[in-house]
Amino acid sequence: MEADSLAYIFLNAAIINNFVLALFLGICPFLGVSGKLQTAFSMGLATAFVMLISSLSAWFINALLVLLDLEFLRLIAYIAIIASAVQLVEMTMKKFSPALYRALGIFLPLITTNCAILGLALFQTFNEYNLSQSLIYSLGAGGGFILAILLMAGLREKLELSDVPSISRGAAMSLMLAGILSLAFMGFAGLGGAN
Amino acid sequence: MALKPGEKPITADTFLRGLWRENPVFVMLLGMCPVLAVTNSVINALAMGLATTFVLLCSSVMVSLLRRHIPKEVRIAAYIVIIATFVTVVDYLIQAISLEIYHALGAFIQLIVANCMILGRAESYASRHRLSKTLINSLGMGAGFTIALLCLGSVRELLGAGSLLGIPIFGPSFEPWVIMLLPPGGFFVLGAWLLLFAWIKERQMQRKTQPNPVQAGA
Repeated sequence: MEADSLAYIFLNAAIINNFVLALFLGICPFLGVSGKLQTAFSMGLATAFVMLISSLSAWFINALLVLLDLEFLRLIAYIAIIASAVQLVEMTMKKFSPALYRALGIFLPLITTNCAILGLALFQTFNEYNLSQSLIYSLGAGGGFILAILLMAGLREKLELSDVPSISRGAAMSLMLAGILSLAFMGFAGLGGAN
Repeated sequence: MALKPGEKPITADTFLRGLWRENPVFVMLLGMCPVLAVTNSVINALAMGLATTFVLLCSSVMVSLLRRHIPKEVRIAAYIVIIATFVTVVDYLIQAISLEIYHALGAFIQLIVANCMILGRAESYASRHRLSKTLINSLGMGAGFTIALLCLGSVRELLGAGSLLGIPIFGPSFEPWVIMLLPPGGFFVLGAWLLLFAWIKERQMQRKTQPNPVQAGA
């Protein structure tokens, strides 16, 4: 596959270089909100949505900053965009689905400090993607995030009732699970071909 | 140490709680992304730890100084902008000091902005305490974060490359565990450290609940 073809960019972001399991981005919600399948799915959707919005806005802002020769403001501009996008999602969710809003709790405003979203904006700038490539990249990253958090939540629900040593309950167990998942995702590295 | 006799509220605990009881990584599980991503060698871990500590220190001081002037409604946005400013400074600073480390850390320097530990400190501590106390507390938290990164970095470099700070430890016959340098290794090593701490804590608890073996037997 061509390195800059849209299909490759999508697969690369979603599976080969999965944002959570290969690039270590967005670990906080990945560990924090993956206790239940339903909540995990909502969190994944909210994050993917914020990714889409912020990636598109970041592309336009970056074009503007390059035009004005103000690239050193990029980081501040990006984080401001992301914070506003999160605020937007929060208001929408509060209005249309208060139950979901309560279930996500503190993790909703914390999407702002989800490094997967800022990372997405930064990577698409580094890779000099054009608008359509950025769009596909953000869709792939969002899909990859949903996939990872769903897998994790499924595993943790299964393990909920099993008899593990008391010291490995909680975070330690989640990290070991994440390690095994990450090991499995390494198998996809070959998909990238000679690239 | 800033343990002046006239100032009561600042105790050694203000500094020390960041190291152990409220360690940002091992206890509070904050700022996990850089912890896992850049700890494949000791030198990267150290650079990341120091950079994060610098940003934490500067932004906490700034937030603490401005705490009466920032309106409550826009405080998060204000904190984020303050943090982003200092991260931009660090980004250029590291680029000037060592281009090699800059490339090794990659996007994770700019991603310090999204480190929830820093925002968490600004929100829960710096905005409520005066300057001197905030300074000591942030120093402790930064040190705790750096130590945690070093804990991971040393294990991963030792097993993954057979060396420490680039110096070979095990000799040429050692077969490196490459998996330790790859993403799964990060998860496994951090999980193992958490297991260790959980085990220590459980033993402490057991000792506390059974102070006297004779009593426990009866």
